[in-house]
Amino acid sequence: MKSLRNITTWLEDRTGVRSATIQFLNEYIPGSSGWRQVFGSVALFLLLVQGFTGILLALNYAPIPGDAYNSVRYILIEMTGGKLVRGLHHWGSSLLIIVIFLHITQVFLYGAYKKPRELTWISGVGLLLLALTFGLTGYLLPWDNRAYWGTIVTTQIASHAPLVGPYVLDLMGAKSGVGVLTLTRFYGLHVMVLPAAIMLLVLFHVYLVRRHGVAPTPRDHSLSKKQFYPEQVFKDTVAIFIAFTILFALAVLVHVPLSQIADQADSTYIPRPEWYFLFLFQLLKFFQGPLEVVGSVILPSCAIIALILVPFVDRGKIVYVAKRGMAFVFVGLAFGAWTALTLAAMATTPTPLVSIDYSRSTDWIRASPAELLARSGSDTQNVPEFAMRGASIYQQHHCSACHLVNGTGERIGPPLNGLSKRRSRSWIEAHFSDPAKLSPGSIMPRFKLSRQQTADLTSYLLSLEGE
Amino acid sequence: MIREQTIIDGCTDTPASVSVYDRSRRRLLITGIRAFWGLITAALGVPAAHYLLSTPKSRVADEWAGIGDAAMLPAGRPVEVVFHRNGADAWKKTEEKLTAWVTRGLDSKVLAFGPRCTHLGCAHHWDDTQRQFVCPCHNSRFSIAGDVVAGPASRPLDRYQVKLESGKVFIGKLTRSDQIL
Repeated sequence: MKSLRNITTWLEDRTGVRSATIQFLNEYIPGSSGWRQVFGSVALFLLLVQGFTGILLALNYAPIPGDAYNSVRYILIEMTGGKLVRGLHHWGSSLLIIVIFLHITQVFLYGAYKKPRELTWISGVGLLLLALTFGLTGYLLPWDNRAYWGTIVTTQIASHAPLVGPYVLDLMGAKSGVGVLTLTRFYGLHVMVLPAAIMLLVLFHVYLVRRHGVAPTPRDHSLSKKQFYPEQVFKDTVAIFIAFTILFALAVLVHVPLSQIADQADSTYIPRPEWYFLFLFQLLKFFQGPLEVVGSVILPSCAIIALILVPFVDRGKIVYVAKRGMAFVFVGLAFGAWTALTLAAMATTPTPLVSIDYSRSTDWIRASPAELLARSGSDTQNVPEFAMRGASIYQQHHCSACHLVNGTGERIGPPLNGLSKRRSRSWIEAHFSDPAKLSPGSIMPRFKLSRQQTADLTSYLLSLEGE
Repeated sequence: MIREQTIIDGCTDTPASVSVYDRSRRRLLITGIRAFWGLITAALGVPAAHYLLSTPKSRVADEWAGIGDAAMLPAGRPVEVVFHRNGADAWKKTEEKLTAWVTRGLDSKVLAFGPRCTHLGCAHHWDDTQRQFVCPCHNSRFSIAGDVVAGPASRPLDRYQVKLESGKVFIGKLTRSDQIL
């Protein structure tokens, strides 16, 4: 104990770290402060968790197409705790965005951005934009179909920006499509540029909060000030703990899927952005042709500029929150519009035909049509054309996620060898378009196949020998 | 010196007028703060340590590489054999090119030695006139059974696991000789 005290005294004499901590914790805050001020601390905490889990992920990740996907799979399948770490990072980003919005809403409703806190507010808007950019760049990193096609849409939107569009596209390394350069640049942004930028801006933001103090309310005229520690620190800690519990539960309970490796030729994939960008995605549907730029660039830019201008437009004295009716109307309208757009976008999001989790360890993913056929003992040189095409369709639609062929696949549905002894051609062909109609209770999804595809796939299945 | 303890008990700048009730409430809050942060640190730290320190589940088990018929090997004279084997380097599948000095003894037992001297890792070779493995770096010498005969090397040559299946030789993992027995 004595030696510990000697060390701390030594450190204090040389760095002043203890007196700085005491000064930090004993900061006086308005007597009215309380639970409503916890969101800033929660956001900062979640940002730190993102940094921590992000570093853990980066230690096992390679930002190269193909390798990127394989290394994510490696983290999920082979690393102990890898699923948890990715889960925390994935859900942490969503939670961070939510908490930032709660923070902004609180500050907006209370008018805490008023003079002299304009720059605190503007740096906060900057932090929101940085957090969104983190989400946008991080979306590509797993290099699965979801990531790839989502980023195709993002880069296309950016390229439509007036004047700067082509330059932005060039900077993103996406001039000739999403590829090696895009992935490397998004990764560089995500792990070097953005973390440095957000750290500096957080420091500036917190410094300004400290410099001007926590915003008071009119009630504070008659209240004496109180110290930050331990009352408010306790409230912040409880809020942080609740947020962390939600995050941990999400990471453990809600599985983060990894879809198929990015496939440029997959014309069936329908991209959707992360949920917090869905409203923008939906907004684009109202502006078509030459007007598209209104929805993709002009309206979002106007919204950001409006947000920045808030403290210069609303310049009155700080009043009771209950008297800020207009503020409530604004928040209500913004939230209502956002919800409506997001719900509309979700309603049009098709549920995928088959959703397969590629973060499971199975070797059927690697089985190519040729291998599938080879395993049945047939010589791939002499395989009839229809069987090759049929096996390819079988592969594309991931039938082996549920069915077993020649010892490859799963046993969720019936094994398909020897199908010709059990079912007729017409039965099988009809079954693809509506499985539940022919086999009541079947969980097999409907498959929209062309007439030729149906015929090829059926011929292939009928050719499979065995019981 | 009074300020020394301030952070530790959290009784920072407590005014003299603070009541006993306030004091115990304050202590409770501080205990709560520490408990919550302790839980968060543990919930993040323990999985992180596991993640960083546990051995990843490997996809590729010991793979055996066939190098041909045992009968093709000259009896009593080690030959240098280069073979390929699929390995796994984290998420990457690799094809390793490996070298072994393979000996078929007169009792038909097949031994395969690693190509590096156990002293400092130089590539040794079989000298058929001296009937010894000779290392060109510091003149370490090993017998046909891999044991040290002379020189600075301190342990026998490393040996590959070897198995024979219907007359064919398969080479497995390279292990230190003192760990085989």
